[in-house]
Amino acid sequence: MEKIYGRTKTIQEDKVSGFCPGCMHSTVIKLIGEVLEEMDLVDKAACVLGIGCCGLHMDYIAYDNTTAPHGRACAVATGMKRTSPDSLVFTYQGDGDFASIGLAESISAANRGENITVIFINNGIYGMTGGQMAPTTLVGMKATTAPKGRDPKEHGYPMHMCEILNQLTAPAYLVRTSCNNPANVNKTKQAIHKAFQNQLDGKGFSMVEIVTSCPTNWGLDPMKSLDYIEEKMLPEFPLGVIRDR
Amino acid sequence: MAKVQIVAERCKSCGYCIKFCPKQVLAIGDKVNSKGYEYVVPVHPDDCIGCAICGRMCPDGAIEVFK
Repeated sequence: MEKIYGRTKTIQEDKVSGFCPGCMHSTVIKLIGEVLEEMDLVDKAACVLGIGCCGLHMDYIAYDNTTAPHGRACAVATGMKRTSPDSLVFTYQGDGDFASIGLAESISAANRGENITVIFINNGIYGMTGGQMAPTTLVGMKATTAPKGRDPKEHGYPMHMCEILNQLTAPAYLVRTSCNNPANVNKTKQAIHKAFQNQLDGKGFSMVEIVTSCPTNWGLDPMKSLDYIEEKMLPEFPLGVIRDR
Repeated sequence: MAKVQIVAERCKSCGYCIKFCPKQVLAIGDKVNSKGYEYVVPVHPDDCIGCAICGRMCPDGAIEVFK
């Protein structure tokens, strides 16, 4: 019998991730690893991790990585790509990192059309710090800083980063995917593949926004969090290619 | 003939593999691993068709599929 599916070599064998059960951070980092292996880019990969749960990958992945100050991953990646153009430089950031604290750096890097790839995890909440409201939190969704749910009069509306970056001229590839079912997992993998290929082709800024779950801070079990993505998150964050040029 | 194997120590019992298995091969078992999770076991191993959907859905790379 031949092994047709198993753990990617980019995840260290003796380490189990510290993520909660059902957390899709692990799914995405697994997909990134599979793509790097398939494209034979493991040795060239240089990953910039954001702060938050995404930083937990640090000890767990088997390729080069660094951590940026909170929100500044795109700025650090800019420096890395400009000084080492042969590396495959990508950032891995959550919504609090990319869309809130690092909004200026993120939009500026996209506006400059930096030849980097951004993997943006959108789970609508701050995970590691304990479930505070993020810019992407849905209207009515409960968070520790909005215990009665997000109220647009007080907190505004969720931000759609793909659509915001689509106003700029420079970005090459903007896509929104999810990991809530096998078809969407496969589409996410294809999107990551294309985003990395864009960087190798020198096309400029690519971003893959991935709508994922945070069962712990949503207060749901992993199964119900899949339904929550389908029923609540996806109507607010429609999947699809926003820009491809 | 296909076979699915669970790496017990990596499993966190989220159940994504169970939900999406088209042949209901997997179920949460009654033994726990060192982290205290009741890990998934193949309860109908002979029904496995080797589609590897369980492995693709598994966040933690705990599933190996052979064909």
